[in-house]
Amino acid sequence: MKAFAAGLALLVALAGVSLLVGVSQVSWGALFSPTPDERAIQVLVISRIPRLLAILLVGTSLGVAGLIMQMVARNRFVEPATAGTAESASLGLLAATALAPQLPVLGKMGVAAAFALVGTALFLFVLQRIPLRSALVVPLVGIVLGGIIDSVTTFFAHRLELLQSVNAWTTGDFSTVLRGRYELLWVTLGLTCLAYVAADRFTVAGLGESFTTNLGLRYSRIIALGLVIVSLVTALVVVTVGMIPFLGLIVPNVVSLLLGDNARRSIPWVALGGAGFVLVCDLVGRVVRFPYEIPGATIAGVLGSVLFLHLMLRRDARVG
Amino acid sequence: MSASAASARPERTLFVLGCLTTACALTYLLVDAGGQWDFVLPFRGRKLATALLVGYAIGVSTVLFQTVTGNRVLTPAIMGFDSLYVLIQTTLLFFLGSGRMAGMDPRLMFGVEVVLMVAFSGLLHQALFGGARRSIHLLLLTGVVLGVLFRSLAQFLQRVIDPNEFVFLQDRFFASFNHPDPHLLLVSAALTVGVSVVGLRLLRACDVLVLGREAAINLGVDHRRTVGLLLMLVAILVSVSTALVGPVTFLGLLVANLAHMAMRTYRHAFVLPAAALIGAASLVAGQVLLERVFSFDTPPRVIIEFVGGLVFISMLMRKTPV
Repeated sequence: MKAFAAGLALLVALAGVSLLVGVSQVSWGALFSPTPDERAIQVLVISRIPRLLAILLVGTSLGVAGLIMQMVARNRFVEPATAGTAESASLGLLAATALAPQLPVLGKMGVAAAFALVGTALFLFVLQRIPLRSALVVPLVGIVLGGIIDSVTTFFAHRLELLQSVNAWTTGDFSTVLRGRYELLWVTLGLTCLAYVAADRFTVAGLGESFTTNLGLRYSRIIALGLVIVSLVTALVVVTVGMIPFLGLIVPNVVSLLLGDNARRSIPWVALGGAGFVLVCDLVGRVVRFPYEIPGATIAGVLGSVLFLHLMLRRDARVG
Repeated sequence: MSASAASARPERTLFVLGCLTTACALTYLLVDAGGQWDFVLPFRGRKLATALLVGYAIGVSTVLFQTVTGNRVLTPAIMGFDSLYVLIQTTLLFFLGSGRMAGMDPRLMFGVEVVLMVAFSGLLHQALFGGARRSIHLLLLTGVVLGVLFRSLAQFLQRVIDPNEFVFLQDRFFASFNHPDPHLLLVSAALTVGVSVVGLRLLRACDVLVLGREAAINLGVDHRRTVGLLLMLVAILVSVSTALVGPVTFLGLLVANLAHMAMRTYRHAFVLPAAALIGAASLVAGQVLLERVFSFDTPPRVIIEFVGGLVFISMLMRKTPV
């Protein structure tokens, strides 16, 4: 509990820093003086606070989505970006944009979520058909499947001249987040809470089908619930800010190394770690080339892949 | 199977493949020309030469790489080699600046890139094959993630470079069949010929390498030296193909496996030419499809990626462990 409080304090401190970094000058002094600076408050309310909230929501939900996915697929190396989920969501979004441009954002999100669900189910189906079930084949299949789906998306995007938009969906970037443009992300908070409520079920499902059935639970129903949560979260994130790679992989893995595999215990930590990871990536992206920005997803790709390689190539890596 | 029966088939298959490639090439050159021969032939000829060269480079480099690693699923592209090339190019631009790069002879530039590429692939080789024997899936996944890392780093640097320089970079990067660089084409051809000459002397050793490291050493092959040399050749060929048309992920996998299926022999004297021909034929055929059927609005790598990915997954789904 003490450690968690310390982590939370660190996150709050980082969040405070994040509110102050940017092109227009905002300082605590200007905000809390007897005559507050109108412009600073505007910048804060319209741009900085929404951006911070978006970062926290995305980090939290993607981390937890990764954790659920790892429990459901019973493999440490899967997450929405290595199972074709994110690519399917992009394809769905493209389909919605091309076929029904008048659709409200919520409708587009629904289509993207449906595609993500189908894509993830396809991934699990392919996995069942693969005889050599080494733990590392799983993400490999997911990445290749993602590549295939992605090539379909690129093909149609090229024809419809929507390639720019597709690139925006696949590269997570928080620089465009403003008040009124991110509120959909609050739904992810609900989904994260739902995951926390159902945490014990996912823990049990992670122990295998027969074990789950012996305890009197419906295995298939738990898997379906997990897939729905993951697909919805992925679709929401893709629609609002774009995908952040490796987040759902790194954070749950580090947490499970430290705390083991009890979802009830690890979900709060995963949420905290995910939020922290995205916040750090975003801050780095904002500071490196000030006043220009580098998308958070690019930074996450660099940091994440280095960490992932480290996790994989440790001499005593527990693969499974 | 008697030796004579076994060796009669590969030649025939090679002949058929040769005819097929020639047919593709002629189709590309002559169909739909609209009578403007003096313009069309040189213009298409350059593109055709590029496609043939890249097909050759990808086919040969993949087969050699698979021989060295002793497995049919690994390819240089999957191991992040071509992303590495892109990263090297971006890094050079970042440190030199476009002003100096523009003044540089592209051939010299390419030479520097190839040297760096070979050095890095040597390091990668040390890291991957030098230590304890790691599982093949771990290697694969490491390669895929390294590819992501190289791409993200290149993306990062591209964002840090200022926009004008980035435009310049894009012109250099997204090399495609439509505007191949004539300077590069000549240098690439020369390099490829050089690699092939060195490779010819290693053909027999390659055949022995298929038996595995221990057997090869027992039969008197200097394993370390041969493998190092082969990987160097692979790095050069990957540089050639990436410099000419950019990164292509799954084509090599497709071509190498088709070559093995078509030839049904372990002898590199047959498998390598077959892979080169299949690579060249599929690229030229893809180009015909793109220009005449889809009328240009699809990047070639999209089609290759789609088909290659499907082949890859079906290979993993086969009953036999790879």
